[in-house]
Amino acid sequence: MSGRGRPPPRPWVWTRCVWLALWPALASAHLVTTGLGPFYDGISHFFLSLDDVLPVLAMAVLGGLQGAAGGRRVLFALPAAWAMASVAGLMVGGPDITAVTPALSAIVLGLLVATDRRLSSAMLLGLAVALGLLHGWMNGAAIAAANRGTLALLGIACSTFVAVAIAAGAVVASRAPWMRVAARVAGSWIAAVGLLLLGWSLRG
Amino acid sequence: MSDQRDDNARAATRGQPGTRRNSRAALAVFLCCFGLPALAHVQQGQAAGFVTGMLHPVSGLDHVVAMVAVGLWGAQLGAPAIWLLPVTFPLVMAIGGFLGLVGVPLPGVEVGIALSALLLGLAVALEWRPPLWAAVMLVGFFAVFHGHAHGTELPPGESGLLYSLGFVVATGCLHGVGIATGLVHRWDAGRIALRAMGAVVATTGVYFLIGAIS
Repeated sequence: MSGRGRPPPRPWVWTRCVWLALWPALASAHLVTTGLGPFYDGISHFFLSLDDVLPVLAMAVLGGLQGAAGGRRVLFALPAAWAMASVAGLMVGGPDITAVTPALSAIVLGLLVATDRRLSSAMLLGLAVALGLLHGWMNGAAIAAANRGTLALLGIACSTFVAVAIAAGAVVASRAPWMRVAARVAGSWIAAVGLLLLGWSLRG
Repeated sequence: MSDQRDDNARAATRGQPGTRRNSRAALAVFLCCFGLPALAHVQQGQAAGFVTGMLHPVSGLDHVVAMVAVGLWGAQLGAPAIWLLPVTFPLVMAIGGFLGLVGVPLPGVEVGIALSALLLGLAVALEWRPPLWAAVMLVGFFAVFHGHAHGTELPPGESGLLYSLGFVVATGCLHGVGIATGLVHRWDAGRIALRAMGAVVATTGVYFLIGAIS
């Protein structure tokens, strides 16, 4: 009710704030030694593991290209299969197929996106479940080997749900004519990366 | 009521003349140029792999002109070549990289790369319009050489996956530069400029061809 409002901040305050903001110390946001707790470790593990992220993105885009119903199938089937298989992998352990599997997943799914194949809903569901089972199993076995918390698996499965929701949703919701082309280009890139990754792993 | 609001507005700006505000903004921008890296995500060699992969295609002019020429030609040919060529190229290039990685030798790689710049440049310069499958085959054939030569040079200690990702993304961006530049095709003057660019690419190809053969 003063009618004058607050006085404007003095210029040197801003200058000092900007100045201080420009000399950051190391942030060390992801504490490798202490972790952020197993659930958040799982989330960061997924988003920093491109050999998981790329096939999941390809699967999400593939689902999105089939329309809203297709996207929805992938959205629920993939994380569910992933979660179940990761628990199984955690308990049983698994064969070491981590070198070749991500490459093959990226190649197959990337090629399907690049060629914009119209898939039957059973086929799409099968692909999503297969991807979830394979990668989930590998994740579970790796978590068991690293002796990390089981909550990490929940974090990873939730992350796949979020990643699929964002990617498939973007493809389904966009009305832009170039979206389909952009999706196919992305698919070809993912397949290309998968092929090179296969080369790296065969080279040893 | 509105008088009072005007009063407030005037009070808020009082003491901050425009020049002062501008110089403060300029100071902030200037200081931003000296920001230190925060290094929040440090994983051994990972980011380095991506950046190396990104920079690798850009480091060789023979690779750059051929990639841009693919985009230029695609834009010149119009749909569906405008996106079919850039979708084909990374895939076939990866096959070349795969062959290089598993140790299959490919003779005359440098000649192939120089020839790709020469022929793709000529195709743009002459506005050559082959059937779509022939254009795709031509681009795909040369992509093998590019992949074989450039996709396999990973510095030790860096992530192969991130290197490959950076490499593919950079190549795709070079196509994008070609396509965006090639959109001048819609104007008459642009059509001539596009053909001139093709001629420049072809000349570069001749230069590298001489270097590769001699």
